[in-house]
Amino acid sequence: MKTEVASMEKGTKLSTNVNKKKSTIHISKILKHAFIIMLGVAMLYPLIWMFSSSFKPETEIFTSPSFWPETFTLANYVEGWKGLSGVSFGKFFYNSFFLVSLAIIGNVMSCSMAAYAFAKLDFAFKKVWFGLMLMTLMLPFHVTVIPQYIIFNNLEMVNTFWPLILPKFMAVEGFFIFLMVQFIRGIPRELEEAAEIDGCGKIRMYWNLILPLALPAVITTMIFTFIWTWNDFFGQLLYLSDINKYTVALGLRMFLDAMGQNSWGAMFAMSILSLVPLFAIFIFFQKYLIEGIATGGLKG
Amino acid sequence: MEVVKRIWKRNWIGYLFLTPWLIGLIGLTAIPMMTSLYLSFTSYDMFTSPDWIGAQNYLEMFQDRKWIASVKVTSIYVFLGVPLQLSFALAIALLLNKGIKGLKVYRAVYYVPSLFGGSVAIAILWRQIFGGEGLINNLLAYLGLQGMNWISSPDTALYTLIVLTIWQFGAPMVIFLAGLQQIPVDLYEAARIDGAGRFKQFVRITLPMLSPIILFNLIMQIISAFQAFTPAYIVSGGTGGPLNSTLFYTLYLYQNGFTQFQMGYASAMAWILLVTIGIVTALVFATSKKWVFYQG
Repeated sequence: MKTEVASMEKGTKLSTNVNKKKSTIHISKILKHAFIIMLGVAMLYPLIWMFSSSFKPETEIFTSPSFWPETFTLANYVEGWKGLSGVSFGKFFYNSFFLVSLAIIGNVMSCSMAAYAFAKLDFAFKKVWFGLMLMTLMLPFHVTVIPQYIIFNNLEMVNTFWPLILPKFMAVEGFFIFLMVQFIRGIPRELEEAAEIDGCGKIRMYWNLILPLALPAVITTMIFTFIWTWNDFFGQLLYLSDINKYTVALGLRMFLDAMGQNSWGAMFAMSILSLVPLFAIFIFFQKYLIEGIATGGLKG
Repeated sequence: MEVVKRIWKRNWIGYLFLTPWLIGLIGLTAIPMMTSLYLSFTSYDMFTSPDWIGAQNYLEMFQDRKWIASVKVTSIYVFLGVPLQLSFALAIALLLNKGIKGLKVYRAVYYVPSLFGGSVAIAILWRQIFGGEGLINNLLAYLGLQGMNWISSPDTALYTLIVLTIWQFGAPMVIFLAGLQQIPVDLYEAARIDGAGRFKQFVRITLPMLSPIILFNLIMQIISAFQAFTPAYIVSGGTGGPLNSTLFYTLYLYQNGFTQFQMGYASAMAWILLVTIGIVTALVFATSKKWVFYQG
């Protein structure tokens, strides 16, 4: 009888212990989530603040750190869109999209061709070329940029889009070759053999079989080309000097120079617009973005 | 003749697909590299033909106060910014790893700054936030603290840019998360049975298993930090000021090459950059034998 009571007591003690442990786990979990959410809000705070400030009148931007505009206005967008010297931001957006589209076509074509050769074809010095390609990945572009500038200057291509587009058609961004090589290597031989039996040559094989099957890698290439070209500043600063050829990045820079500290509202409004395409890509292609970074080590 | 035909038959299709890349390699990488090496030993302004001056450009650098300032600024940026950024990335990745609910949302939120970070828009935002009447000072005022103009003070301007690079820890964090998911769970179970605590598990399992990825992130971030340009250009209006405190190496290179048209000097600077990145990468690799654990 005595022992029974003792063991019962022990039992209840045990179960309260378990409950206690469970609740501490629960609390620590909540604390952890709270911490992660707070840090996330803190990180996004500048972005959200810029977004809300773009709807605030100028004076409020400098006095209010709050998320919510006290007076809501679209004047910043109207003012900013006008641009400078009679060239509107619409023109800058058009130029940026034009540049990005051609960069995407160039990168996808040239990098996938090189990747197909490296992954599936057999030719002399393949390993040497592949090694060289990997070496160019590490090369800071500053060692080539000055002679490139001189070359494009001699070709009278400075202040045109060519210096920013032509290199993409020559697969200079080796990261994408590397990414696609990895992917194309994984395409089973049997598929190619079957196509060969049907009399399919290497060129048609590339176009009709390899490219469609490598679609995920192609999409990743497109997304990162978009982001990198959209965000590129050095190249555009170097080669484009006519305001009619300005991209969004250059337009924003000029805005900053011309307005100084006087027009933060309009500048914020145009800055927000310049981030919208990136954000859209992020929303629609998040899976490819994250995978591209996680597996290819592509920087965002 | 037969041999030529055979060689042609074996190789032509491969080289056909390689042609665009080969043209780029030769025309946009190899020849320019040689040219810039040659130019680095000349005085060249693009309008008159290059003058051979031997190693003078290289020697001049060590007497050039602005060059020395740019090396100092870039070194602080790389060797302070990158470790801090990666520590954040790793810490948050560890926090998010343990099968947490809402991982995808959290990961996305933390990644957003990396996506936007390199843009002119964010550099403009930074200039406002850390300016005299900026957001930071507004927040400080709420706490009753007196702020300062962080951007126009030579003591703090560079650190605002380091904060910007830390803010973009999302991309390496995503890579860490992918690496953490590769670590087999049974390793931890075995360690727990052996009575290893959380800290011991982290030091003995997580860190060694993750070390190849730490090395990868370290090298990638170092290389890209050495080449940082946009934020310094925008925040300082292209000057590298105040008092050269944000004069990144690439910004000074740009000023020399494309605003002063001293292309010989700028080429020499570019080669020093290449060699420096090469040496730093090699050093990191050399030490990695001591701390990177490769599964056999």
